[in-house]
Amino acid sequence: MELSLTVNGKARTDDVEPRLLLVHYLRDVARLTGTNIGCDTSSCGACTVHMDGEAVKSCTVLAVQADGHEITTIEGLASDGTMHPMQEAFRQNHALQCGYCTPGMVMAATSFLKENPHPTEAEVREGLEGNLCRCTGYHNIVKAILAAAQS
Amino acid sequence: MTTTEAPPEERVFGQRLLRKEDPELLTGEARFVADVDVHGALYIALVRSTLAHARIVSIDVGPALEVPGVTAVFTGADLEQEWAGPLPCAWPVTEDMKAPTHLPLAVGKVCYTGDAVAVVVAESEYQARDGAEAVVVEYEPLPPVVDLGDAVSDRVVIHEDLGTNKSYTWELSPDAEAVDRAFAEATHRVHGHYIQQRLIPAAMEPRGVVVIPQPFGGEYTVISATQIPHILKVMLALTSGISETSIRVIAPAVGGGFGSKLDVYAEELLSLVLARRLKRPIRWIETRSEGTQATIQGRGQIQDIELAADADGRITAIRVKLLADMGAYLQLVTPGVPLLGAFLYAGVYDVPAYSFSCTSVFTNLTPTDAYRGAGRPEATYAIERAIDQLALEVGVDPAEIRRRNYIKPDQFPYNSVAGLVYDSGNYVGSLEKALDLSGYGELRKEQERRREQNDPVQLGIGLSTYMEMCGLAPSRVLASLRYVAGGWEAATVRLLPTGKVQVVTGTSPHGQGHETSWSQIAADRLGVSPDDVEVLHGDTAVSPYGLDSYGSRSLAVGGVAVAIATDRVIEKARQIAAHQLEAAEEDLEFTAGTFRVKGSPEKSMPLGAVAFEAFTAHNLPDGMEPNLEASSHFDPPNFTFPFGTHVCVVEIDTETGGVRLRGYTAVDDCGNQVNPLIVEGQVHGGVVQGVAQALFEEASYDSQGNLLTSTLVDYLVPAASEFPSLTTGTTVTPSPTNLLGVKGVGEAGTIGAAPAVINAVCDALSPYGIHDIDMPATPERVWTAIQEAAR
Ligand code: FES
Ligand code: FES
Repeated sequence: MELSLTVNGKARTDDVEPRLLLVHYLRDVARLTGTNIGCDTSSCGACTVHMDGEAVKSCTVLAVQADGHEITTIEGLASDGTMHPMQEAFRQNHALQCGYCTPGMVMAATSFLKENPHPTEAEVREGLEGNLCRCTGYHNIVKAILAAAQS
Repeated sequence: MTTTEAPPEERVFGQRLLRKEDPELLTGEARFVADVDVHGALYIALVRSTLAHARIVSIDVGPALEVPGVTAVFTGADLEQEWAGPLPCAWPVTEDMKAPTHLPLAVGKVCYTGDAVAVVVAESEYQARDGAEAVVVEYEPLPPVVDLGDAVSDRVVIHEDLGTNKSYTWELSPDAEAVDRAFAEATHRVHGHYIQQRLIPAAMEPRGVVVIPQPFGGEYTVISATQIPHILKVMLALTSGISETSIRVIAPAVGGGFGSKLDVYAEELLSLVLARRLKRPIRWIETRSEGTQATIQGRGQIQDIELAADADGRITAIRVKLLADMGAYLQLVTPGVPLLGAFLYAGVYDVPAYSFSCTSVFTNLTPTDAYRGAGRPEATYAIERAIDQLALEVGVDPAEIRRRNYIKPDQFPYNSVAGLVYDSGNYVGSLEKALDLSGYGELRKEQERRREQNDPVQLGIGLSTYMEMCGLAPSRVLASLRYVAGGWEAATVRLLPTGKVQVVTGTSPHGQGHETSWSQIAADRLGVSPDDVEVLHGDTAVSPYGLDSYGSRSLAVGGVAVAIATDRVIEKARQIAAHQLEAAEEDLEFTAGTFRVKGSPEKSMPLGAVAFEAFTAHNLPDGMEPNLEASSHFDPPNFTFPFGTHVCVVEIDTETGGVRLRGYTAVDDCGNQVNPLIVEGQVHGGVVQGVAQALFEEASYDSQGNLLTSTLVDYLVPAASEFPSLTTGTTVTPSPTNLLGVKGVGEAGTIGAAPAVINAVCDALSPYGIHDIDMPATPERVWTAIQEAAR
């Protein structure tokens, strides 16, 4: 099937299998490997990207469902060699260790702040419910998101 | 050794430096194994047993071969000739330990659900999985052994050739009579029976491996999501028969391990021999629901601990009996895990008599192996739970019973009853600080109020003081424990012509930030900026020697090796500078990266200039070789013994059984801190993993040996909403046994957390007469306990 979409601001057209998941399309066809895969039950959020500015788990979306939409992956977040304020906040607050959950966390967090620009700590924690991290204990991730909300 | 509150002075060592690793991880640039794109690779998928215990009657690969894209299918029998040896177990803990032959693909019978019976090779990942689905395996079911008691009984013997399910019995009983005497004379005796449930490590990155053969050049490049590239290389050579010189192992960016990637796995071996056989690159990426069964699990022990104490509650003896679940086979260090705990059941207490005995058995479940803490969390849990029981028995506060029993600061170095020499410690200092930070006194008052008011939400406060054995390990001690390798670590430090610094380490980070910390260690000594230091790791072609990262060993062994190698470089640089400045070596001082002649500071030479001179070799002292490079292979003289006190506060809704973690205070002492930011991160993550064992996680199986928690929907890796922010504090008691005074912190949080949480839960439920509860303390379990107590 033919698929036309925008990925990180660039228009693309590809011929894909109907059963291809968006995450596999991004990783294997578009070769954007920043989006990770951590599970097969849409539980972990490692694969989170933005579709038309909203966070989606790209393992729950078929590539063909993204037809006509705009996708942003972690690779599209920094601009002109400068990291996005959320990426910077993660760095400043040591909100990553192995970094595997990080792209998904950052994408989830940026979309969350768009909806709720001044969240409480409890709201941040609730807002991250779909994203698992095994390394950081979430403490510094929450801190980073609150810091990003401040700035 | 003195305990101080803060790092001594403003140096690069001890700074909260932001991590060098972060930018590439934050932008998606980092390459994990699944991100490696190899042209022309074949994909493999494994056919796994759906039964826990069965004979393989037949395997029909025909239907799989008809799946488009499938190029080959191999059964265990097809590949039997490929192996020069079975999957390795490096720790035969006793001379007569029983170890079944463990092949990458089972031959004849399967011994756990997930045991691989065939491998399908295809042109794409989807096709390989389709092929695996199509393989038809006929089994003759055998009765599964799921329960440890059942395993001991030998009612069904899993590995017939061994004749028993018992792998070994290991004892540590320096003076059994003294223990018996102490129990006979004791005023108080308590007995704890604790179950360490099986846990699924669940590193967020599943495992994966890519093998790239060079059919003409003869080399195999193995890229694996592993914690142990160096050990893996040796083991791949031994099991495949391929020369060690033809194998290069690369650990790329690795997404967490927690022990689960401290192993040599069937898929790594299969990928290697299939690359040899098919002369094409081979690629395998684990799925999560595959990994919950095919990757090792942690814990799996039943503990019986008895304490004898005098009238004041001073412990006079400890007796421990352990039944440990090895799972179906022995993986790399499976049998050694209980031993790592065996030395620590006396914990932080001054205990005169001790005996320990462990029996380890096979079951028809996924093999167990090291998982964050490996033996030490189990031991700490037992003693820290039991001492709370003792506090109840004696009728004193849990903080007080601990104070009465601690090894005192002036007793270090302390000869433990289990035969260790604890390097340094200040347990009472750690306790007082944690009590203070957590507002312990106020919490007790609030608890009192709630109890009086019969508040449906009860407050529980739990303490644990832990001590662990890190810095694995002095090689001679490992020899005495029959571990087949050493415990040293290697480092090379070199100055490049432009004055930049390269550090090569044998440790293999997967989230711990070694690039940052090792830069700090070298930069601090060389007087250069950490930005001028590059740290190379995780590639056996770049760092030929190493024993990798596990057991909180990287800093206390590998980081120290970096420091020693750096000092050796400085010594050589000093000789060159003295020669060039026409001064005696002893007249030179080296500060802030520059050699100066004492008394005439205008005569000086920065390190960069020395490096360039060493590179050109135009004017070196007679007989000196060019370049500035030095190595160290550091074998630690002793373990290190980090410690700390954790205070957990829970609220229990007695009507629903729900346990809410209200606050958590962790005061940890890992000796000198290279980077406190990283230390805190390790503690946060560790604590949450320990809390997860206490409240949420359990690999549960049905009576047939089917894993009921095979996905992240059923296996509850907790999310952010389950936790409050954590309060951390530190004390600093340097280790006197290494020149950095460091101890290690990777497992500390996990070790301290589970007992603190369960002590808090039991504390909250104490008015109901409930003094013990199994992990995980789920709402259902807590609610049921309350109902039963009310009856
Ligand atoms: S990969 Fe886990 S939610 Fe998508
Ligand atoms: S940083 Fe490792 S999983 Fe989040």
